[in-house]
Amino acid sequence: MTAHVATAHTAHEHHEMSFVRTYVFSTDHKMIARQFLFMGLLMMVLGGLLALIVRWQLAWPETAVPGLGMILKETGGILEPSTYNMAFTMHATIMIFFVIMPILAGAFGNFCIPLMIGARDMAFPTLNMLSFWVTATAGVIMLSGFFVEGGHAAAGWTSYAPLSAVAQYTGVNWGQNIWCIALFVMGIGSMMGSINYITTIINMRAPGMHLFRMPLVVWSLFITAILLLLALPVLTSAVAMLLFDRTLGTSWFAPSGGGEPLLWQHLFWYFGHPEVYILILPAMGIASEILPVFARKPIFGYHAMAFSMIAIAFLSWIVYGHHMFVSGMSPSLGMAFTVTTMIIAVPSAIKTFNWLGTLWGGRLQFKVPMLFALGFVSMFVIGGLSGIFMASTPVDIYIQDTYFIVAHIHYVVFGGSIFGAFAGIYFWFPKMFGRMLNPLLGHLHFWGTLIFFNWTFFPMHIIGVGGQMRRIYNPMQYEFLQHQQHWNVFMTYGALLLGATQILFVINFFSSLFAGAKAPMNPWNSNTLEWTAASPPPHLNWGPRVPTVYRGPYEYSDPDAREDFLPQAQAPAVAGARRH
Amino acid sequence: MLDWWLPENVSTFGRDIDWLFHLIYAITGITFILVAATMIWFLIAYRDRPGRRARYTHGNTSLEIVWTIVPSLILVVLTALSAPAWSKIKMTRPPSDFVVDVTAKQFNWQVKHPNSEKVFLDEMHVPVNKVIHVTLKSQDVIHSFFVPQFRIKQDAVPGRSIVAWFEVTKPGKYEWPCAELCGFGHSGMRGWIYVHSAEDYQKWAAENLRAEAKPAEQVAALAETAKPAETETGGKAKK
Repeated sequence: MTAHVATAHTAHEHHEMSFVRTYVFSTDHKMIARQFLFMGLLMMVLGGLLALIVRWQLAWPETAVPGLGMILKETGGILEPSTYNMAFTMHATIMIFFVIMPILAGAFGNFCIPLMIGARDMAFPTLNMLSFWVTATAGVIMLSGFFVEGGHAAAGWTSYAPLSAVAQYTGVNWGQNIWCIALFVMGIGSMMGSINYITTIINMRAPGMHLFRMPLVVWSLFITAILLLLALPVLTSAVAMLLFDRTLGTSWFAPSGGGEPLLWQHLFWYFGHPEVYILILPAMGIASEILPVFARKPIFGYHAMAFSMIAIAFLSWIVYGHHMFVSGMSPSLGMAFTVTTMIIAVPSAIKTFNWLGTLWGGRLQFKVPMLFALGFVSMFVIGGLSGIFMASTPVDIYIQDTYFIVAHIHYVVFGGSIFGAFAGIYFWFPKMFGRMLNPLLGHLHFWGTLIFFNWTFFPMHIIGVGGQMRRIYNPMQYEFLQHQQHWNVFMTYGALLLGATQILFVINFFSSLFAGAKAPMNPWNSNTLEWTAASPPPHLNWGPRVPTVYRGPYEYSDPDAREDFLPQAQAPAVAGARRH
Repeated sequence: MLDWWLPENVSTFGRDIDWLFHLIYAITGITFILVAATMIWFLIAYRDRPGRRARYTHGNTSLEIVWTIVPSLILVVLTALSAPAWSKIKMTRPPSDFVVDVTAKQFNWQVKHPNSEKVFLDEMHVPVNKVIHVTLKSQDVIHSFFVPQFRIKQDAVPGRSIVAWFEVTKPGKYEWPCAELCGFGHSGMRGWIYVHSAEDYQKWAAENLRAEAKPAEQVAALAETAKPAETETGGKAKK
């Protein structure tokens, strides 16, 4: 508690800081959150354009992609197989490592954790600043790969060795090296962030903020940080080994020198499956935060929600083998991974039922953050259910490496993570920037995104069941796929409309940033601590005293209270009377 | 429509896979309809209306127990039903004297039939209703042996020799793509598996597996013997 006194004291001697210290090399968690958000949104434009290029090629193979003639001059805008492989590899790499992780873990982690537990900043503000700049450097390194000879990495975001380990197999030399270096640097940045999150949550909670009074989004970010801390070093080691294989001839993964290709897959998925939960847990937390506010009702089963996330975190380490059922890994091990994979479906089911329980008997207000949170729940249900097909090993033999997998991952990371991210942006934008987003544009953005998302991704289940492999350049090269090519055309129209819909968001975001209505302190009548700070909160968040916490975060519609919400920091009536 | 977009199955264990596939369709379909219907009902019934206060409840332990146990039971049953098929397809294999040697490379399947050293590119001939063992190897990167209509998939890993098996119940010509990204030529890496009746296979083997047969003759002989492949002979045979 002495830390609070000390920081409260420094709040008084707060002085104006230079432009560079305020906007560039800031140690303020809120500015770092905004930096992560802008970085993620900027990279999302690039990742989205790469996706549209991939979709164009699949619908109208080997025709010129509009606008790409300027970049691919030799072919006049027509994708070659190697360029196509690069496009889908970098689409996934950018979306996972430089869009979803910076936005969900980076931006919301930084913004929400101190404000919602009642801390004035992160435990290590300088480390926090470094975390952003290391991640941003990783982003720049990753982008530089587009400009080297031979093009960027083209071995898939999973970069299976030996395809990725020997330059001649893909024809990509420096691109793949840069991919390894960028992810290595990104891993370091993410480790800095996760140490900070864990320390802050353990040590810097406001008086009265017990662990089980923490908002669920803080729980989700806490668990995400633990997963990041334990999973990312495995990836950093693996990409370092891959880089050594490529440049120093170490042969960890190439059998010609005594290496083992499956070692890469074990390392990659040992990181990769917790990574999936790193991408989805914060979105689950955001939905759990928004549903009670707009249902005006306590979250259903708070403890079940927190413990199911803890269960997911533990189980996520022992399910990774389900990515390798047909890889040549021992089939007996495959059977064991089926069992664990089936088990991990249970906590996700518990969460879904509790979200439904939260809606039951509520007073539902369909504002834009609520719509995106509801969209998150519905899309996550589809993504979760399609996962059961993969958990059943015999069925997975057939659907492994088909578009069914592509459909599943997009329902989880777009329908899940990105819908969660949008929900969070619409919800916290007023606090983050002090202005309200335009609700009409928000509604249009939501409905367009929901409809075109399903239009684009649902048929992927169908063509996947039909056998279409992922990562193929031209489905028309296969006789058994030709009868379903119309679906590919249909999906690409959906993808183009989905991309166009995001322009509404960009317009809304920037026009509201500069000219939106001024946000009140608590626009959604929410209970959690961030709404007791000004919009946007000043440096060190609160005036002389940090708030004291008297109750859990979801006390809505308490029959004994006059209002339909009861903020965590509002003193109980008796104690309040004594103070005055 | 009854196949739910699955291509026709022509292998013995494919039936087990398809049965599980349809079972999971049913389980997930019913779950989805129940969840979606409940959600839509709640969204309509509990929409914000003036003068009504939300129900003040923090949860219900009995409900939590029910919705933990019911999905667990369904998943336990599903695991138990998946195990025998997995065991049959991957953990064990019926004995066979018909062993085909497949070595994948960028971007072809190289096939050696039993009792022959001749290498065929992207083309395999097997008899119907017979257990076939395939010894899978790769000489460069990981490839994946995928025949959609056989419901079989198995990666070929460099440095390893992995035995897969299948038994086809219907003669025909079946497309055989590579399912694992293997480089810029991954798309279009594809062979054909010709499944003959026992007599036709004997005839084909007698005419084509002799070392001195020339490629042009093989292709001609193939067009005559492989009945289902009347129109095209996609593969090329090489010494």
